[in-house]
Amino acid sequence: MIHSLFLINCSGDIFLEKHWKSVVSQSVCDYFFEAQEKAADVENVPPVISTPHHYLISIYRDKLFFVSVIQTEVPPLFVIEFLHRVADTFQDYFGECSEAAIKDNVVIVYELLEEMLDNGFPLATESNILKELIKPPTILRSVVNSITGSSNVGDTLPTGQLSNIPWRRAGVKYTNNEAYFDVVEEIDAIIDKSGSTVFAEIQGVIDACIKLSGMPDLSLSFMNPRLLDDVSFHPCIRFKRWESERVLSFIPPDGNFRLISYRVSSQNLVAIPVYVKHSISFKENSSCGRFDVTIGPKQNMGKTIEGVTVTVHMPKVVLNMNLTPTQGSYTFDPVTKVLTWDVGKITPQKLPSLKGLVNLQSGAPKPEENPSLNIQFKIQQLAISGLKVNRLDMYGEKYKPFKGVKYVTKAGKFQVRT
Amino acid sequence: MSSNSFAYNEQSGGGEATELGQEATSTISPSGAFGLFSSDLKKNEDLKQMLESNKDSAKLDAMKRIVGMIAKGKNASELFPAVVKNVASKNIEIKKLVYVYLVRYAEEQQDLALLSISTFQRALKDPNQLIRASALRVLSSIRVPIIVPIMMLAIKEAAADLSPYVRKNAAHAIQKLYSLDPEQKEMLIEVIEKLLKDKSILVAGSVVMAFEEVCPDRIDLIHKNYRKLCNLLVDVEEWGQVVIIHMLTRYARTQFVSPWREDDGLEDNEKSFYDSDDEQKEKTDKRKKPYTMDPDHRLLIRNTKPLLQSRNAAVVMAVAQLYWHISPKSEAGIISKSLVRLLRSNREVQYIVLQNIATMSIQRKGMFEPYLKSFYVRSTDPTMIKTLKLEILTNLANEANISTLLREFQTYVKSQDKQFAAATIQTIGRCATNISEVTDTCLSGLVCLLSNRDEIVVAESVVVIKKLLQMQPAQHGEIIKHMAKLLDSITVPVARASILWLIGENCERVPKIAPDVLRKMAKSFTSEDDLVKLQILNLGAKLYLTNSKQTKLLTQYILNLGKYDQNYDIRDRTRFIRQLIVPNEKSGALSKYAKKIFLAQKPAPLLESPFKDRDHFQLGTLSHTLNAKAAGYLELSNWPEVAPDPSVRNVEVIDLAKEWTPAGKAKNENPTKKFYSESEEEEDSSDSSSDSGSESGSESGEEDEEGDSSEDSSEDSSSEPESESGHQSDTENRRAAKRNSKTKGKGDSKDGKKENEKSKTSDSSNAESSSVEESSSDSESESESESESESRKVTKEKEKKAKQDRNRLATDASLLDLDDFNPVSTPVALPTPALSPSLIADLEGLNLSTSSSVISPLRT
Repeated sequence: MIHSLFLINCSGDIFLEKHWKSVVSQSVCDYFFEAQEKAADVENVPPVISTPHHYLISIYRDKLFFVSVIQTEVPPLFVIEFLHRVADTFQDYFGECSEAAIKDNVVIVYELLEEMLDNGFPLATESNILKELIKPPTILRSVVNSITGSSNVGDTLPTGQLSNIPWRRAGVKYTNNEAYFDVVEEIDAIIDKSGSTVFAEIQGVIDACIKLSGMPDLSLSFMNPRLLDDVSFHPCIRFKRWESERVLSFIPPDGNFRLISYRVSSQNLVAIPVYVKHSISFKENSSCGRFDVTIGPKQNMGKTIEGVTVTVHMPKVVLNMNLTPTQGSYTFDPVTKVLTWDVGKITPQKLPSLKGLVNLQSGAPKPEENPSLNIQFKIQQLAISGLKVNRLDMYGEKYKPFKGVKYVTKAGKFQVRT
Repeated sequence: MSSNSFAYNEQSGGGEATELGQEATSTISPSGAFGLFSSDLKKNEDLKQMLESNKDSAKLDAMKRIVGMIAKGKNASELFPAVVKNVASKNIEIKKLVYVYLVRYAEEQQDLALLSISTFQRALKDPNQLIRASALRVLSSIRVPIIVPIMMLAIKEAAADLSPYVRKNAAHAIQKLYSLDPEQKEMLIEVIEKLLKDKSILVAGSVVMAFEEVCPDRIDLIHKNYRKLCNLLVDVEEWGQVVIIHMLTRYARTQFVSPWREDDGLEDNEKSFYDSDDEQKEKTDKRKKPYTMDPDHRLLIRNTKPLLQSRNAAVVMAVAQLYWHISPKSEAGIISKSLVRLLRSNREVQYIVLQNIATMSIQRKGMFEPYLKSFYVRSTDPTMIKTLKLEILTNLANEANISTLLREFQTYVKSQDKQFAAATIQTIGRCATNISEVTDTCLSGLVCLLSNRDEIVVAESVVVIKKLLQMQPAQHGEIIKHMAKLLDSITVPVARASILWLIGENCERVPKIAPDVLRKMAKSFTSEDDLVKLQILNLGAKLYLTNSKQTKLLTQYILNLGKYDQNYDIRDRTRFIRQLIVPNEKSGALSKYAKKIFLAQKPAPLLESPFKDRDHFQLGTLSHTLNAKAAGYLELSNWPEVAPDPSVRNVEVIDLAKEWTPAGKAKNENPTKKFYSESEEEEDSSDSSSDSGSESGSESGEEDEEGDSSEDSSEDSSSEPESESGHQSDTENRRAAKRNSKTKGKGDSKDGKKENEKSKTSDSSNAESSSVEESSSDSESESESESESESRKVTKEKEKKAKQDRNRLATDASLLDLDDFNPVSTPVALPTPALSPSLIADLEGLNLSTSSSVISPLRT
């Protein structure tokens, strides 16, 4: 399946290569560079590239390209999903998935890649299993290892590998048993010029942080499970139980993981928590334009909207911007033409606004279209869909865990057309 | 016996090899220093010293540096002799790094690589399953043809290993050996056949992968394992699921008859997605089609459904393509929701999923219509995603939604991304041709765009308008005049060519403008693009034929220019046109028809989706993405006319019975494995018992009792305290067994006792539940219900059962009402002689857990 993997940084250096079958020369990446050049933007590099003898399937993550070499037919999503899993694992092990982190830990990276694939077929991708085989680097452990001469590599088969619940390792022990759930909902929306909603949808996830000893069997129930329209599950969740009772019943992996992700049916009207008043205009035959954006709360269920940022990709003819915010600060990058306005919290008494002049390249025709505004915000302690966790029950263990649920609503792909 | 002698040989061989190794390394290592890499010489010398030191830490450091070199793609092959010596290191990390090195360079240094073989052969007999597995992995990864027989032997042995993990690695090794030496195919198929019978979920994915790679045409090997694979599927790891689903899709297309037959009458079956099941049924009844779905076909479709909820995009896509290719068309609708969900994922996943949706949406619009808005484009999407979304929007456009779509397109046309704006214009053109109601609206919209400032937009509009006008050549004189004016300003060749063609085609409708245009073009002829030149020639010819008075000289002039053009295509065309239109004595019969030839009605071009021809590739494959056959692509066969014999999938009960009995188990065990540690042997027994548990759940009801008893025994032992690590893995297996038993219980209690007794033969109903795990709160009553189903039940028990049933009802109700429920004081299962001790233990344990589950409400 996966023949080789090359890691390439933004400046086009191949800084790591790994082969699972016979060695493929680095020159195969030239086809990739060619495609990259053609695409101009990193985002537009096609994920699947066909070359005379190989196929290249690549992903772009954290300013790195993971380019895998394929020789025969394979579902492309299989490879893409796996590469993302590799990047996730690096993230998990080193705290970040960056060139520096990978170079610093090249041996662990190699050991991980060796475990994750055998002959190009995924072998162990569960983080719980990998962590038993290869321990993540910590300062303490490296000190201990250098003294005692013990190694980072486990010498027994991780218990998870053989069980029906490969995501959980055996013999977990905590002094404080805790289970936390974060319900994070994101609003994807397109708002048109007049302020009406073209499209809105709520996408949610429940991320869990479970630190429970032994083999706890949890079941999580909701006050209003029918809200969830389409759900995808971590493998630990018993599907039948959800089908019949709408209860999430599972033996959790140890540590952090994504329990479910869901979509709230778009039929339900989505409450849009902010509104934007905008007037952006470019004068004909003149080298300036006006920019005026005000943002205010709407349907926010009495909660404060915070962490508000507005990002605007200005047209290419814009040279500079001269603006005054009533709140927060703004930056304009004349190279990428990106305007970022960091607003912060919205107080209904005094609505934040950003006003001023736009300097255009003289002589150039005025931009056809006004740029759209991308808005980010965050509302604590609110799930905008109204989803509520009812209770969490634990079976199988005798102790009493500490349980907590946190709700957050965020803007996802939230775009206002002007 | 043979294995004994082999072991002996091996030992002596191994001894020799190590001796040889020492000799060889001592003689060869200095020669390595002579190598070409004199610049690295010093550094590598120091690495060599470190490798030869006695300290593990120094060796480890050296190995780490070497691995760093390999990772960067630097050549470290000259260190081979020094590294190979450490293959037998006691330190597991050094060993692993040496393995990494070996696999990388063995192909280049085959002779030296042989020195390490004996170490692996010894490691293959190690009591630790991880070491056995990794030895096999490395041994099979060393691509040295001489060791093929050794590899073959090792694979065969590992395929019979007691540890499923080792067997999984054996399955991987099969593919490696096959790519090294395809001659071994026959032998390898034997091993695959054996491993396909394996009941461990760990092995299933890997062996199917090997099957796909080595002998995808041996579909007969699957028959007996088909039901098992279907039932295991939910529990197999994600990657295995993808492979198995793809294989089973192919299998289903060869073994079952088409479920689509009833839909043939409907042209595209758009409606039926919305029809309720009953209606569908009615229809079928009305037509009296004798089609009934093979239960095995149904089993596959049903068992894959839960996987649509997988977090892994590849699994979701695999199920989606399975539904697309083998399920009745009325059922395929459920996949759209899951596919739309994947669109939230990262751009690579979006790209592939959108491509597949594009193909699907051409054939069955109805599936994705409800999700129309999910395909709306955001200005932040990468261009490739935007274009794909646009493609889908076009496919989904119909009379009902076109007005909303056109409004949406208006925004897109203004986009700063001009490439995308151009694509939108094409889309509008396609919508206009497909939906006649909006043709005029689209056309006027496009005409407005002609005054756009951006050239690319204008050019694209011109091209599209040309196509649209060609469709309805009626009264569009105004538009043509407008476009003729554009010729002065626009520079994009395609657009200029399109305008010229349009004028030529309609030259009789615009008699005043056409000659003037030709005059202008004659002036600029030499500086035009080839594409435009050809159209100027065409225009001249057409005018010559219709209006020769005004244009005769102009055309002659252009033909003269064309005669000496640099491009031979244009010279060619000029010659051709001159012969055809200018009368001379030689001109044959054709010139009489010149006018008919040039001014014939041309059929309007069909504006088609670029995804139209992709549907002959299996969805979700690389070939589909590339729209070209990738190496190793396995064609999806057409449904057979008559279903092949379905009984081939039946599994002989006799075989099973053998496995149940302890005698069978003993037989199963390989006597040569005797020297393994006890813990492993124990593992095997629990292993096979857990297997048998699943068998009883899925395959044959008659065996139920026996199955129960074997489960009981395994559960019994599970209550023992665990001490060794080997034991831990045992418990996992037992857990599996337990789960199976619970599952079965659930299925039974739900389907009613009648079913439990009678319809045992319908494997699928039980099998379905094999994936289910039951929470312990329920399982208590369920294990009861199971005991009830046994023939030798006691009335007393019955009473208790009824009681517990009531209890369960209570809990169920409370779960549904979502109230905090007070743990019902469960009647403790009194140990009755009729109950097996294990069951009692189980119940006691459960009872404890219920009491411990007094829950505090969640902190919110």
